Amino acid sequence: MTSLLFTLLLFANPIDIDAQAAQRGLEIAQEADRRDTGFGDNVSKMDMILTNRKGKQSTRHMRNRALEQADDGDKLLILFDHPRDVKGTAFLAFTHRVGQDDQWLYLPALKRVKRISSSNKSGPFMGSEFAYEDLTSQEVEKYRYAYEGEETVDGQAAFKVTRFPNDPDSGYTRQIVWYDQAEYRILKIAYYDRKDSLLKTLTYHDYQQYLDKFWRADRWLMVNHQTGKKTELVFHAYAFQTGLGDRDFDQNSLKRAR
Amino acid sequence: MRPIRRQALFVFRTLFPESAIKVLTAALLLSVSFPFLQAGEWSGQAALEAFGFSRGGSEPQQENTAFSVFVEPEYYHAWDNDRQSLTVKAFFRYDTQDAERTHVDVRELTWLRAADSWEWRLGVRKVFWGVTESFHLVDIINQTDLVENLDGEEKLGQPMANLAWINDWGTVDLFLLTGFRERTFAGADGRLRGGTVVDSDLAHYASGAEDQRLDAAIRYQHSVAAWDVGVSHFHGTSREPLFTPVARDGAVVLAPYYPVIDQTGLDVQGTFGSWLLKLEGAYRHGFGETDFAAAVAGFEYTFFDVKATGLDIGVLMEFLWDERDAAATHPFADDVFVGTRWALNDTWDTTFLGGVVWDRENAGRFWNLEASRRLSDQLKLSLEMRTFSNTESPDLLHGFHRDDHLRLELGYFW
Repeated sequence: MTSLLFTLLLFANPIDIDAQAAQRGLEIAQEADRRDTGFGDNVSKMDMILTNRKGKQSTRHMRNRALEQADDGDKLLILFDHPRDVKGTAFLAFTHRVGQDDQWLYLPALKRVKRISSSNKSGPFMGSEFAYEDLTSQEVEKYRYAYEGEETVDGQAAFKVTRFPNDPDSGYTRQIVWYDQAEYRILKIAYYDRKDSLLKTLTYHDYQQYLDKFWRADRWLMVNHQTGKKTELVFHAYAFQTGLGDRDFDQNSLKRAR
Repeated sequence: MRPIRRQALFVFRTLFPESAIKVLTAALLLSVSFPFLQAGEWSGQAALEAFGFSRGGSEPQQENTAFSVFVEPEYYHAWDNDRQSLTVKAFFRYDTQDAERTHVDVRELTWLRAADSWEWRLGVRKVFWGVTESFHLVDIINQTDLVENLDGEEKLGQPMANLAWINDWGTVDLFLLTGFRERTFAGADGRLRGGTVVDSDLAHYASGAEDQRLDAAIRYQHSVAAWDVGVSHFHGTSREPLFTPVARDGAVVLAPYYPVIDQTGLDVQGTFGSWLLKLEGAYRHGFGETDFAAAVAGFEYTFFDVKATGLDIGVLMEFLWDERDAAATHPFADDVFVGTRWALNDTWDTTFLGGVVWDRENAGRFWNLEASRRLSDQLKLSLEMRTFSNTESPDLLHGFHRDDHLRLELGYFW
């Protein structure tokens, strides 16, 4: 009897710790999500600065609109302003907590709305170091989690959580996410490629609070450790609860969005 | 009449036919009653273009090279919280070889008003319907600006009143098309015109109202889960003409004849992971003696981010069918299209599209290669290569058998 109990303990313990780590990791992700719930809608302008290994830069300008959904992922609309040859192009996504997202692209020269595949998760967005999956909505349900412990990031006490993408199209085996303990804001993400080598690190800078609740970083910096390329996102003109609705995120509005 | 003068007259009559004049006056009155001078936005494109043909044309005046330039300025102004806007887009091309290719057009002059359950558009615009890549069967609202590109994707502005009624169960679009535009055709000195010149001055119509006939169209569009479906009907003057050979000044030319037709269209796309399944079907009545059906169906499959390089490789295949078979008025009555689309997803947006349309009956092959790359924030280089091989006389592509060409375009965007 004693030996049976001993055996059970021996085997139960590591499994128990894993389950605990998973539970704790999920709780942190859920808490971060809960704290950002209720934003309703937001709009922002975004400059994307691409820097190659030699330091040469090129810039893109776009405008983002997001609409929160009660029981599903957010709706997103991105309007491209620069470079000038893609001006007028617009991207609409209905993200889903479970299953494939729906995505459409509006091509202004042809006046054509094209339903596009959302399987492109790992490919570069606008030639940048951001993959599509880095920019679409980060639903809790899209990952499995493991809590790794506490660490300090730039002087801030942080929770360290590893998350594993559920989507087989993801370009990552895992991501390590650091949340600050005070506000559950993401401070840093390390991305590991399909060979489980460190590929990129994203750091968030200059967090601002909106409506006394919602935190958004003004600057995101993505560094690719394998190529030496960098992409910086600079956000400005953030506004929340501007009165956008589902009608501002349909194919009709995609055609007239400017 | 000199083509440029005719084009100017075209534009004038398009802008100011009696049926559209009230509509445009209303739009204009509305537009001046708002503070426009404040915040309009200008953008546009200009480009240099060079054509090189592998052989001379069938007639000595058809040169092996041609140069041209176009400019397309656009003005946009929105107000009322972006619920109303005015868009104006003009187009002018000058071609060194072909006077018919030198032309002007108002691509857009639209007043838009959007509400929760409807959108209202008045003026000149372009509308696209369809899903397939090799051939556009369902797309019927605008006239093709054929001198611009053989692919038929360049369109002349169409004057209209359009009401979109937006519901949970889909969008219903109603179109009243005020005034007809004649298709543009290359002149005697131009290339890519086939063996016989089309003389637009000889255009005639089934309708007594000629190019002033009021045409109408309706379309229902809805997206449910993986499916995007459109059903449409058009009643009016056919955008595609029929041709009758006539003798003029000792030569045979083709006179375009625009009958009144009814066309019902269906376009469906299913999106499943990396697969896009596509279908376009059309049934046309009143175009020639017998009614006919036509369809294009196929797929596009994309390998995304190949070996984590960012490269996307798409594979496309489409089957083209027309009930009229050898009597069809386009060359793709029983054909297969196979193509590939490469996107490097690099800083310069480098893309490549290549394919061949293969005639299953006559074994004629139409090769099409397109590539483009951004050179700077404002410059973009595009390359197009087209060849017509193995075409025999009954094949409509045979008219282009001397027209294998390379086209280079340098575009400046502001």
